[in-house]
Amino acid sequence: MSARIQDDQRDTDLADAPLDAALRRVWDTPRGVWGALATVDHKVIGRRYIATAFVFLAFGGVLALLMRWQLARPESRVLTPDLYNQIFTVHGTSMMFLFAVPVMEAMAVYLVPLMVGTRNIAFPRLNAFSYWMYLVGGILLWGAFLVDMGPDIGWFAYVPLAGPQYGAGKRVDIWAQMITFTEISALAVAVEIVVTVLKQRAPGMSLDRIPLFVWAMLVTSFIIIMAMPAVMVASTALILDRLVGTHFFNPAEGGDVLLWQHLFWFFGHPEVYIIFLPAVGMISSILPTFVRRPIFGYLPLVLAMVSVGILSFGLWVHHMFTTGLPRLGESFFTASSMAIALPSGIQIFCWLATIWYGRPVYRTPFLFILAFFFTFIMGGMTGVMVASVPLDTQLHDSYFVVAHFHYVLVGGAVFPLLGGIYYWFPKFTGRMMSERIGKWVAGLLFTAFNFTFFPMHVLGLLGMPRRVYTYQLDMGWGGLNLFVSLSAVVLAAGFLLFFYDAVRSARHGEPAGDNPWGAATLEWATASPPPSYNFARLPVVRSANPLWEDDGVLPVAGGLRVDRRELLVTTVGDALPEARESSPRPTIWPLWSALATTALLLGSILTPWAVVWGAVPVTIALIGWFWPGGRKEEES
Amino acid sequence: MKQDVVVDLSDLPMNGSGTASLTWWGTVAFMLIEGTGFALMISVYLYLGSLAPAWPIEAPPPEWGPGTGVTLLLLASLVPNVLLSRWAAARDLRKVRAGLLIMAVFGTAPLVLRVWEFMALDVSWDSNAYGSAVWMLLGLHTTHILTDLLETYVLAALMFTRHADNPRRFGDVQDGAMYWNFVVLTWLPIYACLYGIPRL
Repeated sequence: MSARIQDDQRDTDLADAPLDAALRRVWDTPRGVWGALATVDHKVIGRRYIATAFVFLAFGGVLALLMRWQLARPESRVLTPDLYNQIFTVHGTSMMFLFAVPVMEAMAVYLVPLMVGTRNIAFPRLNAFSYWMYLVGGILLWGAFLVDMGPDIGWFAYVPLAGPQYGAGKRVDIWAQMITFTEISALAVAVEIVVTVLKQRAPGMSLDRIPLFVWAMLVTSFIIIMAMPAVMVASTALILDRLVGTHFFNPAEGGDVLLWQHLFWFFGHPEVYIIFLPAVGMISSILPTFVRRPIFGYLPLVLAMVSVGILSFGLWVHHMFTTGLPRLGESFFTASSMAIALPSGIQIFCWLATIWYGRPVYRTPFLFILAFFFTFIMGGMTGVMVASVPLDTQLHDSYFVVAHFHYVLVGGAVFPLLGGIYYWFPKFTGRMMSERIGKWVAGLLFTAFNFTFFPMHVLGLLGMPRRVYTYQLDMGWGGLNLFVSLSAVVLAAGFLLFFYDAVRSARHGEPAGDNPWGAATLEWATASPPPSYNFARLPVVRSANPLWEDDGVLPVAGGLRVDRRELLVTTVGDALPEARESSPRPTIWPLWSALATTALLLGSILTPWAVVWGAVPVTIALIGWFWPGGRKEEES
Repeated sequence: MKQDVVVDLSDLPMNGSGTASLTWWGTVAFMLIEGTGFALMISVYLYLGSLAPAWPIEAPPPEWGPGTGVTLLLLASLVPNVLLSRWAAARDLRKVRAGLLIMAVFGTAPLVLRVWEFMALDVSWDSNAYGSAVWMLLGLHTTHILTDLLETYVLAALMFTRHADNPRRFGDVQDGAMYWNFVVLTWLPIYACLYGIPRL
C-alpha cells in the first residue's frame, strides 16, 4: 500500500490499491479551513455552487410568498409599495442571476468533467475564483435588501427609472454591480466548460459520442460568451451615467433610453436559452436511462440545440414590441420568434419517439420529465401567441406574461433540473433520494405549479398588470388572486418537501453504488461519490453509450504519471491523445483575487477612483496566482 | 467496474503546445468575449450616431495626430511581436528575453501617447452622448493595452528567473503575443470608427 512513489512513476505497473493511494496523495484536497478555501476540485466547487444556488432559490421563493400574501386580497396592506418594489426586483434578480444561470453552470461544473472522462475541469483555479465572485454577488444583493437598500427597478432595470434622475440613492448601483459579479463568474465557467469539452474528452469520444448534456453545455457556454458581454456593456454604461455623468441613456444630451432595452435584451433573450438548453440536455441524458434504449435522433437533437443557440440572438426585439419600433423590424422578429419553435419542436418529437420505442420505468426523474413536457409545451404555446405583435400589444406587462415566463422557466428548466437532482444525487452523495417522497414532490409541484400559474393567464386577459402592489376591489380580480396565493403555499410546501428529502437523504439515504440506474454515460463508471481524481485510469470511449456496450468491462488508458496531477489533452474532433497535461494544486490565490476584485467593484459604487487604487491589490493577487511555484505540475 | 488497459499514453509530451495547450484555447475564448464587447461598443457608437441629427454632437471630429500616432506605433509593434512569438516557439531564451523587453517598450509607448489621444477627442465624457461613447470606446481599448502591458512586464520579469527555461513559459509568451495581436487588430475598426465616421 505504502510503496514509495518515485519521480515520474506511471500508473501502468500499479495494482488498484496502491494506485488509489498514490492518486489520493496528489489529488485529495487537504482537510481543514485552508483546504476548504483553497480547493480547486470541480466536484467540491460544483457541490458548493449547487447548494448556494438552491439557497438563493429558497430565498427568492420566500419573496414570492410575500408577494402572494400581499396580493391575496384587494387593497391589502401587508407590504408597503416601496418594499413591494424591492421584493419583486430582488425576487426576479435572484432567480435569474443567482439561481437559474448559476445552478445550470454548477451542474456542468460537477458533471461535465465526469461525463467526458477527465480528472478536473479546465482552469480549476478560475473555477474557484468564479464561485467566490458569485457568492459575493449574491451576498451583495441580499445584504443590501436586508438593510432596505434593495434594488427596486425590476430585474431588467429599465432607464430612465434606473437612471440618475429617478433612481436616487445606491440601490440601482448595487443591482448593476451584482450584474458585474455574476457575469464575471458565469463567463469564467463558460470558458472552462468550452475548453474542457473541446480539449479534455476521453480518448475516442469523438464529436458524435459526446453525451447530449455535454453538447447542451457547450452550446450554452458559447451563448454565454456571446451574450453576457452585452449586459456588462449595458450595466457599465448605466453605472457611468450614474457615477461620472455620462449620457448614454439621457435623451436630453443625445443619449437614448431604448439603447438600454436593446443591449439588455440582446443579452436577456439568449439568457432564456442559457437556462433552457442545459435543461434540454439533462432530459436527453436522463431519458434513455428510464426508457432503457439509446436516444432517438442524436444528430437532429444536436443540430436543434445549435440552431436554437444561433436563433436565440435574433429574437431580442420581441421584448420591445410596444416601444414603437418600425413595423418591418417587428415583423422580422415575429418570424424569428416563431421560427425558434421549430428546433424546439424537433427536440420534443425526438423525445417522444425515444419514449415510444422504449420501455418506460416510472421513477422520480422520469416523472419530472413528464411534468416538463406538459408545462413547457404550455409555455411554448403562449410564447408563440405573444410573438404576434397585436396580441403582445394587448398582453404586454400583464399577468399573462408572468404566467408565460414562469411556465417556460419553471416548466422548461426547474422541473428538468429537479429531475436531474434526483437522478445525479446518488453520484453527488453516494446515497439515493427517497423514491416515495420524490413521487410526492413531483406530484405536488406539478399540480400546485399549474394551479398557481394557470389562473395568471386569465388575470392577464382580465387586464391585471404585473408589478402592481395592490388592486381595487371592484376590478373583480380578488377571487382568482386568492386561489393563486393559496396554491402558491402548496407549491412552497412541495419545495419544502424536496429540501427535506435532499437533506435527509444526504445522511440517511440508501447507499447507491456506482451505477444505481444502470445508465450508459461515463460519470457512472466511477464510484459514488467519485474519488478526488475521478477515474483511476482514464476511460477509453468506443460508442455513444459506453457503459451499455462494453459488457461490464471498461476499456481504459494507462501511462499517466501518479506523482503529479496529470490529465489528458485530446484533439477537438476525434479526441485523439495529444499530451499529458498537468492540473493545478489547491491554492488560496483565487480567493485573494476575488476579495481584491470585490474591493474594487464595491469601492466603485462610491467613487470612480476606486478603480484606480483598487487595481493595485487586484494586480498583486493575479501575479501571486500566476507566478509558478516550482512543483512537479510545472515540469514539461 | 473491471478495467482493461487498451491505450498506452506513456510517450505523450508532458505539456501541450500550440493548439494542444489548454491556455491557448482559454486565450482564444477570452478574445471571443472581449471581441464581442468591442463589437457591442462600436454598435452603441453607431446606434447613437444614427439617432443624432448631427454627429459628432457639438464637437469637432477628433484630431488625427495622436490617434494616428498610436495606430502606427501599434502596427509597428506587430513586427517585434511576431518575432517574439517565433523565438518563443524555437525556445530561444536569450532572444525571448530581449523580445519581451522590446515589447515592454512597444506597449508602453502607445499608452503614453494615448493620453494625448484622449485630449485630442476635444470633448468630455460628460458633455453629451457622443463624448460618452468615444470615451468609453477609447477607454475600453486602453484597458486592454494596459492589462496586456502589465502581463508583458510580469512575463519579462519571470523570464529572468529560474522558472524561465520551461516549455510552459515559452507557451505563455506565445499566448501573450497572440493576445497582443488581438489588441492591435481590434484597434483598427475602432480607429476607423472614431476618426472616420465623424468625417463622413
